Amino acid sequence: MMTLGRTDTSVVGRWWWTVDRWTIAALFVLVAVGAILIMAASPAVAERIGADRFHFVRRQFVFLPPALAVILLVSLLPPLWVRRLSCVGFALAILAMVATLLVGEEIKGATRWLSIGGMSIQPSEFAKPTFAVVIAWMLSERQLKLDFPGNWIALGLFALLAGLLLLQPDVGMTLVVSAVVFVEFFLAGLPLFSVLLFIVVGLAGLVGAYFAFAHVAARIDRFLDPSAGEGFQVATALQAFHSGGLFGRGPGEGQVKEVLPDAHTDFIMAVAGEEFGLLLCLGVVGLFAFIVLRGFARSFGSGNLFAVLATAGLLSQFGLQAVINMASTLRLMPTKGMTLPFISYGGSSTLALALGMGMVLALTRKRYGEEVAA
Amino acid sequence: MIRSIAALAAEPFAGPRAAGDGAIHIDGVRKRALETGRTRLLVAGALFLLAFAVIAGRMIDVALLRGAAIGHARTQSEADAPVGRADVVDRNGVLLATSLPTESLYARPREVLDPAEAARRVVGVLPDLDAADIEAKLRSDRAFVYLRRNLTPRQEYAVNALGIPGLYFEKGEKRVYPQGNLAAQLVGLDDLDNRGVAGIEKSFDHALQNRHEPLRLSLDIRVQTVLHDELAKAMAAFTAVGATGIVMDARTGEVLAMVSLPDFDPNSMAGASPDSMFDRASLGVYEMGSTFKLFNTAAALDSGTVNLASSFDASQPIHVARYEITDYHPQNRWLTVPEILVYSSNIGSARMALDMGTATQKSYLERFGMLAPTGIELPETGAPLYPTTWREINTMTIAFGHGMAVTPLHVAAGVSAIVNGGVLHPATLLARADAEPVPGERVIKPETSRTMRELMRMVVTDGTGEKADVPGYEVGGKTGTAEKTGVGGYRHKSLLSSFVAAFPIEDPRYVVLAMIDEPHGTKESAGYATAGWTAAPAVGRIVAQIGPMLDVAPAAAPGPADARLRVAQAPERQGVPHPSPLRKVSLAEAE
Repeated sequence: MMTLGRTDTSVVGRWWWTVDRWTIAALFVLVAVGAILIMAASPAVAERIGADRFHFVRRQFVFLPPALAVILLVSLLPPLWVRRLSCVGFALAILAMVATLLVGEEIKGATRWLSIGGMSIQPSEFAKPTFAVVIAWMLSERQLKLDFPGNWIALGLFALLAGLLLLQPDVGMTLVVSAVVFVEFFLAGLPLFSVLLFIVVGLAGLVGAYFAFAHVAARIDRFLDPSAGEGFQVATALQAFHSGGLFGRGPGEGQVKEVLPDAHTDFIMAVAGEEFGLLLCLGVVGLFAFIVLRGFARSFGSGNLFAVLATAGLLSQFGLQAVINMASTLRLMPTKGMTLPFISYGGSSTLALALGMGMVLALTRKRYGEEVAA
Repeated sequence: MIRSIAALAAEPFAGPRAAGDGAIHIDGVRKRALETGRTRLLVAGALFLLAFAVIAGRMIDVALLRGAAIGHARTQSEADAPVGRADVVDRNGVLLATSLPTESLYARPREVLDPAEAARRVVGVLPDLDAADIEAKLRSDRAFVYLRRNLTPRQEYAVNALGIPGLYFEKGEKRVYPQGNLAAQLVGLDDLDNRGVAGIEKSFDHALQNRHEPLRLSLDIRVQTVLHDELAKAMAAFTAVGATGIVMDARTGEVLAMVSLPDFDPNSMAGASPDSMFDRASLGVYEMGSTFKLFNTAAALDSGTVNLASSFDASQPIHVARYEITDYHPQNRWLTVPEILVYSSNIGSARMALDMGTATQKSYLERFGMLAPTGIELPETGAPLYPTTWREINTMTIAFGHGMAVTPLHVAAGVSAIVNGGVLHPATLLARADAEPVPGERVIKPETSRTMRELMRMVVTDGTGEKADVPGYEVGGKTGTAEKTGVGGYRHKSLLSSFVAAFPIEDPRYVVLAMIDEPHGTKESAGYATAGWTAAPAVGRIVAQIGPMLDVAPAAAPGPADARLRVAQAPERQGVPHPSPLRKVSLAEAE
């Protein structure tokens, strides 16, 4: 164990005593569980598409050390640098998303990936956390300078991002980004009337998506009427949870991964439920809840509105993805292609989440009167 | 916009220490904003807590509690579910149609990664499929496409072992007819989706889909087998184009057997001709010929127009308009009513009908059910053809079964009414419950029925139906040889030879009808293709086999032949009323 004196004033020393070590621990456990589940779920999928058994495992493991490094390095940054990093990152991500629409290749009906040097990158994943921080800055600035049009800039950026996402199309991520904007506006003191207005607009957006995107309509129809068939993935997933029971059938003993096309991404919790049982699943839910709520609790004591908004935005994105993923798998809501943070397969997603959680750690460090412009 | 953000990012953030005169004001604003933020942070946190709690609860629910209903019941219902469609059984519970669970192979083409490769491998294990066709299906833009219905478990295993993504199995059921050809037209058929398209399967489609207990028919598959066998033999022996037959319970109208040849195997429809699917017994309408004389005679007797002693001039053919009515077995003299039936005299029958009158004839035929469909529980039911304006010439020809077409089933039901005491029971294919009263309407008086039985017995003992007699089973009946109509009139060489019988004739239990379509004479039949030589012997063989099966006790000691009055020996005098030749017969039977 690293031992650092309270009096150690080096960057690392100050970091050690101010950062939330419990959240770091929870994140590392989550990454470890994700690594195990990828090993459990993906070989069957890889084999089915004719790839080498450990194709997905290898590709995911390549990203894990950088992801851990990103979490730790970003958590060292002071809030000002978090903000600068986000502004630059967001600008780059938006540019890359535009490029994706122009030169990206279509996979499974959506244009989301950009191929750079043999690696597929999903720029929209990096837009999410940086966007949350940029919005937080705009809104907190608006509170300090009443004549500053932060709200409008935030809405404009949101419209830009949402527009680019819907062009891909990626309804699920649009939903998450919308929720993040809403949470931040809400925390920034949006009048309750406007809160209601936002909710109405949001619902109208959902209804609009139902009519605008055939696949969204199909999924919602299927959710409302499972007998109409094709609830196959979800039905199989529910069966998997049941057959796993409390302790699971044991690693490698599961069946769902053999039949579910998305066993290593959207339905990875079903594999966890079948092979490792209810206890592990509850543990994973507990880890997510812990990370989100602990982050909220830490910002509760913060005197910095920007930090509060940014943290809440980042954690909402993180928590919402987890909630949507698990709720889909458990048939609590219509199937929505959404990765489970740090658990599902996906390099861009993992790195982007590492960036986001690193920023959460950076923003929730204890600063005892030390203010944002250190 | 991006530039303005960059500019803002470069601008140092205005912290409270850097704040100037407005510091206190800004501090207040910030505090209030922070307060609001904190309160609302609690709300957001609570919502997240709630969401995670719901997810955890649902996990426990699915994995341990209600999951039993979702997951377990699903597999169990798939494994043990009784197949959907109800069975069809005969009156003794023998399976006629049942459903077996099967798996059908289907694909979701959008999930298939390499259609060509997948098609090649699927055809590798299911060689009856065409690779190009399968590949085309897998390349189609449809969400669902069947590749092959009803796989055997071995085939299913082989396809499964290929591990091709995008291929799935659908649990289904396949209709199977264990009796094959035996009752093909009658039981009918289901299509690929297990919807009835013919026969009982169609008429009871809804009931079969929604009930679990088998549908019990009046059919007796043993009797059906005998009937099928004998008709097939007769058809082959006389190189006929078809044959049909019916065995009916005379007291209830229940059909025990009904055969139409040629037929088909409902389990493998490939190559089944339209003719083989045609049900001659209940759908085909024919001019039945002389068997109709039974109805004519019964009506004349019952209406009081004639008695057994009445006689008619059959010495000369009748010329009406441009028609000539002749006899096939011309006696060229006056004939009594029994003689008209025994010798099957067209001339005598026509004269009898004229005496009776068109109205009486029509009203009796209507009561015998000859003017309406039989109402049998089949979609394939023929409606009788009869003249819209019923002229005198029609009355005369209908008396001997021409100029009017009915189904063989009409004749079986009508003859049942003639012999069972005079009550017409609607023909049915469903087994009647023992307790429930049999519906029926009186057509003729019981005495008329008794007389008719005696006359029918005489046809067999002394007339055209001799070859239908079976020792021990007193058979009574009537032959019918009709010429089939062709272009421009009757075709003299194309006959419909039929025989309708009842046994035991004293108190008939069953009516048996056999009809052979276009028989050709053989050495055994002395070159004859008429009913007495073709259909009558078949009915005799059928009765001899089904009598014991149906627990009909053979008569212990048939009356001595010499005690019977032979009509042929009875001296006949023109115009002289003769004492009933049947009196002695009745006495003999009473002994």
